Order: sequence, then C-alpha cells, then structure tokens
Amino acid sequence: MTTKKMAIIATKGTLDMAYPPFILASTAAALGYEVQVFFTFYGLQLLRKDLSTVMISPLANPAMPMPVPMPVMVQMLPGMESMATMMMKQKLKKHGVASLQELRDLCLEAEVKFVACQMTVDLFEFDKSEFIDNIEYGGAATFLGFAGDTDICLFV
Amino acid sequence: MNFDKEFDASGMSCPLPILKTKKALVDMASGQVLKVVSTDSGSVKDMQAFADQTGNSLLSTDEANGKYTFYMKKK
Repeated sequence: MTTKKMAIIATKGTLDMAYPPFILASTAAALGYEVQVFFTFYGLQLLRKDLSTVMISPLANPAMPMPVPMPVMVQMLPGMESMATMMMKQKLKKHGVASLQELRDLCLEAEVKFVACQMTVDLFEFDKSEFIDNIEYGGAATFLGFAGDTDICLFV
Repeated sequence: MNFDKEFDASGMSCPLPILKTKKALVDMASGQVLKVVSTDSGSVKDMQAFADQTGNSLLSTDEANGKYTFYMKKK
C-alpha cells in the first residue's frame, strides 16, 4: 500500500484557526499519512516557541458563541481580547481538548513536516530564533513540490 | 475480553483518543490487543475509521454509563 499524503496551508494565527491544521495534521499522521504543513502570513505565529501570544478576538467574529450577547462597542474595549482568549482556553481545557502546544508537539513527534514561508519571515522581519527549531524554510515552489503529489490538500 | 495493554482516554476530546491509541500501539506486537476507554462520543466513529485506515482490527465497541470501551487488535 502506498503512503497517502496530505498538505495543509496554514494562513491564520488566531487561537480558533490554529486548531484545524494541528488537529488534521496530527490525526492524519496517526493514520499513516505523510503530512506537510506550510505556514504562511499570520500562520507563522503558530511556529513560535511561545504560543501564549496566540489569541482569539470576539471582534469581527459574530459566529463566536458568547456567554452573554455583547455589542461590538463593548467588544472593542481594552482587555476584551485577553478575556475572550482566557475564557476560550478554559473552555477547551474543560472539554478535554488538547492545548495548541500539545497538538503541535504530537505533530512533530509523528514526523509531520513544518515548512515556514521564507517570504513572510522577510516581509514581517521575523527573528528566526523565535521559531521552534525543527522546521524548514521554503517558498511556494517548495510547497507545491510536495502538494502536487498529495491525496488531500487544504487551505486553512 | 483479554487484552495486553490498556489506557484510559476519559475526559479527552478529539483527536486525543485517536492520537493516544496510535501511540499506545507503537510498542505492541502484532496480534496483541489494546483496551481503550473513552468518554468522547465522537470516538465511536473515529476508532472505527482509525481501524479501517490503519489495518488494525477493532474487535469490539461497548458503551456503558457514558463510557466507551474499545478493543483494538494490532495488525
């Protein structure tokens, strides 16, 4: 049986949007897939050693379930983002959902390959020392080299 | 049912029961049976899907008092 392959492009750097790529990548790896995730633009934030800056905002996110209805004018107040992030993390923990850190570690343990977009690193003048060590840097052609031969290819 | 190894995934949500099952199977020998207990109702379909896609055999799935018990035989 030939090994199945999956490629994911992770472009978002918020707490909610960080989950799908890590969940799918780790699960696919567990199912025997060869997996590569290409992190570009805001997705690069998910490769930082410190993931505590990954947050969720209720602003411009009307589908986010809130404990009480909250007008946009209130959502924009200072501290609302931190509060929403704290509440979301508590909720995830309470329901036994793994932390981003844990899922990322499980991906790496299962040999999911992480590729960081070199162009984005240059664009935002990111310091590579802030990213985890076991990743590669590449561009669109690098990604397509793998993606062109996959069974599943997703853009998140 | 007899089993060679077990772990309790109670309280864990998707995809942790699957990921931990995969990890538990790694150091087991072919033909050995792993017992997994989970409280995640989604894991009923997911364990079957895991078995179908990895070639391991899901020998049985039982539910009692909100707990799901799986017996997985390593291929």
